[in-house]
Amino acid sequence: MMDQPVLALCVAASEALSPTLRRLTLVAADGGRLPPAAAGAHVTLTLSVAGHARPLKNSYTLVSADPERGYTLIVRRTNPSRGGSQHIHEALTVGDGLEASVPHNLFALHSQAKKVLLIGGGIGITPLLAFVAALRARGGRFELHQICSAEEQDTFAALIGAQPGETVHLHAGRASFDAAAVLGAQPLGTHVYSCGPAALMDAIERQAAALGWPASHVHREDFGAAGGEPFTLTIGSSGARIAVAADQTMLEALEAAGIDAGSLCRGGACGVCAVPVRAGELEHRDHYLSAQERQSGGLVMPCVSRARGDSLVLDI
Amino acid sequence: MTIAFKPDETFRGDFRYANSPAAILRFPFPFDQDSYMYGINMEPHTRSQKGGGQMGGAFAVAFDVDEHYVAECAERAAVLAADPGRCQVLPHMIEAEWDTLELIMESLSADYPEHFVLERQGNDWTWTNRPLGLHQRFRFGDVSSLPHGPFEYITRQAQGDFTLQDQRDGTLYMDGGIATTQADWSLSFDLGMTFHEWHGPVPLAHQKGVFERALSYLMRVRYGHPARRLNWTMTVHPRLDTSPENYPVWGPDRTTLTADNIGETLHLRVELQTFYRLPRSNGLLFGIRAYLASIDELARVPKWGRRLHRVLRDLHPEIGAYKGTDRFRALAVAHLARVDDGAPTSPGIQPDIQSLPA
Repeated sequence: MMDQPVLALCVAASEALSPTLRRLTLVAADGGRLPPAAAGAHVTLTLSVAGHARPLKNSYTLVSADPERGYTLIVRRTNPSRGGSQHIHEALTVGDGLEASVPHNLFALHSQAKKVLLIGGGIGITPLLAFVAALRARGGRFELHQICSAEEQDTFAALIGAQPGETVHLHAGRASFDAAAVLGAQPLGTHVYSCGPAALMDAIERQAAALGWPASHVHREDFGAAGGEPFTLTIGSSGARIAVAADQTMLEALEAAGIDAGSLCRGGACGVCAVPVRAGELEHRDHYLSAQERQSGGLVMPCVSRARGDSLVLDI
Repeated sequence: MTIAFKPDETFRGDFRYANSPAAILRFPFPFDQDSYMYGINMEPHTRSQKGGGQMGGAFAVAFDVDEHYVAECAERAAVLAADPGRCQVLPHMIEAEWDTLELIMESLSADYPEHFVLERQGNDWTWTNRPLGLHQRFRFGDVSSLPHGPFEYITRQAQGDFTLQDQRDGTLYMDGGIATTQADWSLSFDLGMTFHEWHGPVPLAHQKGVFERALSYLMRVRYGHPARRLNWTMTVHPRLDTSPENYPVWGPDRTTLTADNIGETLHLRVELQTFYRLPRSNGLLFGIRAYLASIDELARVPKWGRRLHRVLRDLHPEIGAYKGTDRFRALAVAHLARVDDGAPTSPGIQPDIQSLPA
């Protein structure tokens, strides 16, 4: 298991679940076994998208991971798409090959949780589906709240497939979900896992803190808030200037310019892509740097964070 | 890779144990310079020629199997028969147990196909271990299909101790392990402790922030990207089981060293520690593999004889005391002084020779 290569995968199935949701099943291109993965793990796919000079790298949660049957994931077509989700929806077909990182888990279930409270917003349901499968297998107690648009309720209900005795609620729109009431009703020893828009996860964190939940019992996944105002990067050592487009991350811009910053989760959680900053104001969007490190402004996570202003000088 | 196993070796009583010239040359000598101090010495566990020797050394494979394999597995079985508490795993680590079994079976069968074979049809697995004469059909995930729990089953067939860590609350908990070849630490005592708790007794390193940084690094070890480090101590006789439980058996050995016997009786004990992220459980497996070589065996490599003399001579007193060397260190330094001509040594741990001098 040393020197683990990049996984060579092939699309075994691609099915539309709704006009904007598509489920992919990926198997090993050579027909062999794939690494197993715990619930909450994700892979980073390398997508060769028409019109992009370099492949895009998008991270997706594994809804299921079986060494023989393959990996399943669900992709929402975003609007405007940076190209990846549109490619998966419109171009990728059964039999196509693609590369993926080995699974990585930054959102694992806590082994000592007395109860697991799952809160999803929209496509944030994907890790929750993996959690539900794992909790059913181990007989773990859970409660699930999924927020979605009214027209998607049936699709999500079918994905969850609530079994008799399970507490599963679908909420049509954010306004019909009362975070304070749900968090306030939980027994001691509950761990909450939220996945969805940053605003939802922020609200869960705030509410949990206000109710006195220990921070160690509050977990969130973040797909990274890509996009914002365009700005220009300057490479300190060479003076080279790189434009970061509105729909592009700093990491993608660096990679497009041929600079390999090294990256892993591409979601602001793992810390691998951190680069030193020489000058410029930062908008930190990661969950890795400490408050002190953020204040000092010496490091930035280019996978999610951006310049607050029109330029940034990196010390590389 | 054909290995000439030495099944009659013993690690207690009459201590029938020695390293072949090839085993000396591939020994994972732990000192990359002429002095020693605690630090972060973790690195990716990638295949490497760095260990030296004809076979690429102990770093050439995921889990090293050497000439002592069969005898070490017999020693482990004997320790477990006398004290079953040397293997304990908390119930919530069952997925990590299966992860460990899969990892070790996949690695051994890939690295030593003439000795180990793993055949899989769905969850119906067949494991063949030729050196130990084992052929086991079982159902992956079904504990009742194996003679022991999955973790104990496979670690009885591997050299070195192992611990299972659960990652939660921003730290690592030692929630399982097998310890029959340990350097004076107790699984029964440490089970359930956090990383900082079980490292509590180590001097100097806490103040240097070593454990903070090591923990951060370990918690970020990724599946498919294991890490490793070397640690060391000294042991009288080639005794694998230097456990606190058996201190009355081996503690007095330290009083038996003399200028005449220290060269062949005092052993450098090196731990090759490996760290693996486990995929199903998200746990972390630590391998703690002990290698033993007498100081006279090691001194057959001129660079290592010189360097071991200098390291022991200049060792920080607190580290020397923590490693239990106070009673005999001066004697060892005097013995090794005879092989240290003062010549400079090359950086790095490699032996710098292809064969031992006559």
